[in-house]
Amino acid sequence: MSISRRDFLKLAGISSLGIGFSATDLLWENRAEAIDYMSSPKGLTAKRWAMVVDLRKFKTEEDYSRVIDICHHIHNVPDFGNLKDEVKWIWTDTFEHVFPFQKNEYLPEGVQEKKAVLFCNHCDNPPCVRVCPTQATFKRKDGIVAQDYHRCIGCRFCMAACPFGSRSFNWRDPRPFIKRLNPEFPTRTKGVVEKCNFCVERLAKGLKPACVEVSNGGLIFGDLSDPESEVRKILSKHYSLRRKAELGTRPSVFYIIGGDEDA
Amino acid sequence: MLEKALTGSRRYWGWIFFLLAVSGVGFIFYLRQFAYGLGITGMSRDVSWGLYIGQFTFLVGVAASAVMLVIPYYLHDFKKFGKIVILGEFLAVAAVVMCMLFIMADMGQPMRVMNLVLHPSPKSIMFWDAIVLNGYLLLNIVIGWNTLEADRKEVPPPTWLKPLIYLSIPWAISIHTVTAFLYAGLPGRPFWLSAIMAARFLASAFAAGPALLIILALIVRKLTKFDPGKEPIQALGKIVTYAIIASTFFLGLEVFTAFYSQIPGHMASFKYLYAGLDGVGKLVPMMWLSTILAVVAIILLVNPNTRKNESILAFACVAAFISLWIDKGFGLIVGGFVPNPFERVTEYWPTLPETIITIGVWAIGLLVLTVLYKVAISIREAQLESGSDTH
Repeated sequence: MSISRRDFLKLAGISSLGIGFSATDLLWENRAEAIDYMSSPKGLTAKRWAMVVDLRKFKTEEDYSRVIDICHHIHNVPDFGNLKDEVKWIWTDTFEHVFPFQKNEYLPEGVQEKKAVLFCNHCDNPPCVRVCPTQATFKRKDGIVAQDYHRCIGCRFCMAACPFGSRSFNWRDPRPFIKRLNPEFPTRTKGVVEKCNFCVERLAKGLKPACVEVSNGGLIFGDLSDPESEVRKILSKHYSLRRKAELGTRPSVFYIIGGDEDA
Repeated sequence: MLEKALTGSRRYWGWIFFLLAVSGVGFIFYLRQFAYGLGITGMSRDVSWGLYIGQFTFLVGVAASAVMLVIPYYLHDFKKFGKIVILGEFLAVAAVVMCMLFIMADMGQPMRVMNLVLHPSPKSIMFWDAIVLNGYLLLNIVIGWNTLEADRKEVPPPTWLKPLIYLSIPWAISIHTVTAFLYAGLPGRPFWLSAIMAARFLASAFAAGPALLIILALIVRKLTKFDPGKEPIQALGKIVTYAIIASTFFLGLEVFTAFYSQIPGHMASFKYLYAGLDGVGKLVPMMWLSTILAVVAIILLVNPNTRKNESILAFACVAAFISLWIDKGFGLIVGGFVPNPFERVTEYWPTLPETIITIGVWAIGLLVLTVLYKVAISIREAQLESGSDTH
């Protein structure tokens, strides 16, 4: 027989009425905690969140910087101004560096040099989660690969394991280098790893990831397990690529390259 | 028995205080790293492991190599190793202590180290590495201490020790296999993604460890009344010879697979290490020095005439040790990260504080080694004086 925590607490709460106020107080506290742990009814849920990057929609530098800037601002990502200490959640690189196995000098003009938007792939079979010795990085039920900044010991095994270079380490205290602090989101300390979190904090409030919101349709976010979702619809109509799919990590980020009428 | 480490010559105490001073300087720099963060090192987003993890990897091998004395002595009854097995076991203790210190030095949040125990994660190879390393440390302390104590009392070692000694053999193999698995199971690092990694690790360990042991044995002979003996040193020399040839052969296998297959990702790190990539190659001179030293060592070791000359043997061992240190303690780790997952080259070079911290850890290791060797050698010297050499 199974009984949910909520039901148990209700039952316990009722039966304790006779016991006395002190006991009820104690249970009331527990119950408040149980409610905190439950997901908000407003929150967006999915079996496997996924992102489609429609590169045809990224035309100007501004198209790229908009998605990067909003993410780095709301997540308090520091800007050290040098490569050595660099921390980043979203960034870009050119097609030939993002898809080294697909590079081909006879591709339509501009494709090789086309910049792709990059973030954590939220792999379905994530090597970073496998190697983490403390489960500080873990895969949630909705497919998001999350990071617990308070449990991370900073061994950086996940950075060696990630084939996509998606993870950053706080080589020094990031706080003085946060340009505009967002008090809604935690800052990190030195010595821990961080990366894109698919905006779990926004999903919980019923909002799509911030980058998606400002992308003018260049980034499409949805449930990969739902055939009716926007991501599934667009993937069924256009040929897409995933980074290094041959490694078996099953990335949840898909790229529509374009270049010509739906190459 | 530990009291034997508390009495010694002026030279002994001079050496102890020298090591204390060096490790103290290292510790001061560690405090700076602790306050500032690992940004004090040369590591970066692209090369996220460096000298510390390289030393860790190399020293796990040195620790494992004690088995090269344990197997002949305990499994094949090779009596000549009787007096020096303890030197191997105590070297293993010092090496594992250094391994642990290097892991601590490399951690971004060392205060959270107990999270490894609070949240055990059997899917992580690091979880198993922590278990095998701690177990190996314990095994060697217990075995080394008890055999030495029995020796001192001129009684056979306690019978319960035998199973532990036998256990220590596969355990030694396991520490280096598991350490190789840290690297060999990562999907995006073709330089490390090789089934022969563990075998290569063991081969280079069984060359570097015994080479160091020969050097230590010769120093012990020079500085103390205890002579480890010509024959055990020669036997170790043969072990180094076979192992460094195997290690070089395995490296050749890697080169063949990478370059005959012509798969770019598998060739790239080798190109970076030995020729430079995208016009940069800070490690190229070191890697060629490693290659030349390995060739020199092999030539001197294979030839019985040169191997039997202890001065030349010592030189060959120093060459082998430096060669394998460069290969495994430096090139192997950095090479795995260059080029990065975007086929771009970010170089790494240790900073001064990082180097001083590294030297500090080595000083602590040498301190542990000196104290343990002092105990063992004092007992051997006492045996010589009373003429009751049991072996």
